[in-house]
Amino acid sequence: MDFARDDDRQMLFDTLTRFLAERYPPERRMRVAYAPPYHDPETWSALAELGILSVLAPEARGGFGGGAHDVATVFEALGAGLCAEPVLPALLGLRVLLATDRDLAPALQGAQKLALAFAEGEGGLDFRQLAAEARQTDGSWVLTGRKSVVYGGQLADVFLVAARHGGGLGLFELAADAARVEGFGMVDGGGAAELLLDATPAHPLMLDGLPTLADALAWGCVALCAEAVGAMDRTMALLTDYLQTRKQFGRPIGAFQALQHRFVDLAIEVEQARSITILAADALGGREAGPDMPRPVSMAKHLVGKIARLVAEEAVQMHGGFAMTWEAQVAHYAKRLVMIDHQLGDTDDHLERLMAGVEGDDRDNAAAEAALRA
Amino acid sequence: MNLRYSAEEEAFRATVRQFLDQHLPERLARKVREGRELEKTEVEEWHAILHARGWLAAGWPEAYGGPGWTDIERHIFEEACCLAHAPRLLPFGLNMLGPVLIAFGSETQKAHYLPRILDGTDWWCQGYSEPGAGSDLASLRTRAVRNGAHYVVNGQKTWTTLAQHADWIFCLVRTRPNGKPQEGISFLLIDLASPGIERRPIRTIEGGHEVNEIFLTDVNVPVENLVGQENQGWTIAKYLLGHERANIAGVGFLLAAFEEVRGLMARTRRAGRALTQHPLFAARLAQIEAELAALKITNMRMLAGTRGKSQGGAGAAHIPSMLKVKSTVIRQSIDDLARRALGPSAALFPGTGPEGNAALLPVEQERIATRYFNNRKLSIFGGSNEIQRNIVTQHLLGRP
Repeated sequence: MDFARDDDRQMLFDTLTRFLAERYPPERRMRVAYAPPYHDPETWSALAELGILSVLAPEARGGFGGGAHDVATVFEALGAGLCAEPVLPALLGLRVLLATDRDLAPALQGAQKLALAFAEGEGGLDFRQLAAEARQTDGSWVLTGRKSVVYGGQLADVFLVAARHGGGLGLFELAADAARVEGFGMVDGGGAAELLLDATPAHPLMLDGLPTLADALAWGCVALCAEAVGAMDRTMALLTDYLQTRKQFGRPIGAFQALQHRFVDLAIEVEQARSITILAADALGGREAGPDMPRPVSMAKHLVGKIARLVAEEAVQMHGGFAMTWEAQVAHYAKRLVMIDHQLGDTDDHLERLMAGVEGDDRDNAAAEAALRA
Repeated sequence: MNLRYSAEEEAFRATVRQFLDQHLPERLARKVREGRELEKTEVEEWHAILHARGWLAAGWPEAYGGPGWTDIERHIFEEACCLAHAPRLLPFGLNMLGPVLIAFGSETQKAHYLPRILDGTDWWCQGYSEPGAGSDLASLRTRAVRNGAHYVVNGQKTWTTLAQHADWIFCLVRTRPNGKPQEGISFLLIDLASPGIERRPIRTIEGGHEVNEIFLTDVNVPVENLVGQENQGWTIAKYLLGHERANIAGVGFLLAAFEEVRGLMARTRRAGRALTQHPLFAARLAQIEAELAALKITNMRMLAGTRGKSQGGAGAAHIPSMLKVKSTVIRQSIDDLARRALGPSAALFPGTGPEGNAALLPVEQERIATRYFNNRKLSIFGGSNEIQRNIVTQHLLGRP
């Protein structure tokens, strides 16, 4: 039993952390993350050159990593550096393309930016609710419907789209210029898009796409949990410093027990978040893609979502009025920590999954699959 | 990164399970499962069974009769025992006094007392708290005044768990009345058969008799019963707090309790369906399950002693305090859920209800409500959770 990062992953973590500190300091992030195109081509290229995207894929497919703990390491560093570049969309897209025989090189080099379009306005994570439809006419496929809050969609070159067809749920590919793409910025930096499809021609990647889509989302959840852990560590460091240096009533505010005990409770919860993220990453390792989300992944997304919000709110409260300003770094960490819970299923969505399996079986996923195949 | 037990550890776990299958008396396991209090002889019986196998003093070095286990092996053993509903071992001699004697005791003390802990000759209890010294333990006032070859001890100890069964008590006493409070405390071994000692039971919130008051009036204690140096008692007490890391979180007890409440909810029907099908109950259960899964890893990270900064320095000294807070809160939430699961029937005061066909609750459910009340102690004793947070603060923030 060993919970330490091996040397390679530690080096990866340190390298990426140092890179973001030097090349992506807060002033730069403020400039690039909140203004169109909500993306920093220079940072993106440098991340790709550094090999960060290649870590998301296994060696057999041209990457050098691809394990769940590799992915978690990358995202923990991205979270600590509050990086708003579209690495999550790259991961989601790559997990889909890994199930095909596509050449991944363009994506791993950062030249081809991917976006996975699965969510719709009312659907959440419930695939039974998908309305977007794929139809085959004269041997070619067209998609109709609207995909919502497609992460990285504002700058994507290629969209991978989940849509229903007669036989179930398929995954389709289309070029960005083939569809109507309405990009927008996100509250916590970075961007997304609405994807409007109206008999838009698309290439079918797989007609039974459910296991692949579930797999991509599971990996995305683990990545988000790791990102939250990194962001929480940095938030706690900012808070530690503030409690030790900010003086009121003639003493550092960290001398007041009312704050000390709340701070300690946060520290305990962050360790719990770190632990459940390790467990979730481990549950992905060496597993075949299946239609279900591994239970530890939902446990992690549920728990981390709750803890990240707690850390964000408490860090803001203890920073007082300072945290209410745009200049305060803690404010931007807090926004990211809260908004992570809005991605790929929130703490309640994942709790509902856990509730359904609380007796040990997994009826919800089985039901979802059955409904889809019906 | 590797979350699996090694092949040797898996083999060890299998050995422990097999041993429990063969040697844990079913009548004891049933009593533990039902939450009933064990007789003194039953506790002694289980101690003797483990002693015969050489597994009683899990945390002691081999030279003193311990099995020489790693922290992970201890954890495996304790978890397996809990899941098999083995009686809880008495911590006072095994986990408290034993390690103290091994670290601070004289050769004579070690040779005399350690074997008697193992073979059950001496049942120990702990004399730390006083009516005026709870969380502020260093303010304790029980006095020990040197008089030739004896200390003369006067004072009062409280919350002495199972002192009604005990032969001996290890006490923190004040040997120097002035100066810094922490610097005038000594660690003394006192024979409870000495003249001048009176024990009085304290009836606790749920109605049971677990803890006692001990009154000491002009009790003569031979000076050779001093452990370590005079006025070194506070150092010894602090050593003890930091020593008991392997099972501070009591993960095994939590897992066993969780499985109990999960089973209880699956079997308990209300409004036509099992409680696990009621959204609010299912949500509470699932939340606890996730917290517990995380705690298990947090605990393992501590045992594995990870110090890499990226993993949060889980080997650091404040981690046991963090685990104590989290694990007690989780345990109390399990007990809370179990009590809620009983609904109106939770009202039954154990031992007062009709029996046989007219029984209100199955026997294993009768003590769920009283256990909830009894286990409120978990966040109070052993350094209250507020004291634990103070300890963590010192490590994380210094003394701002």
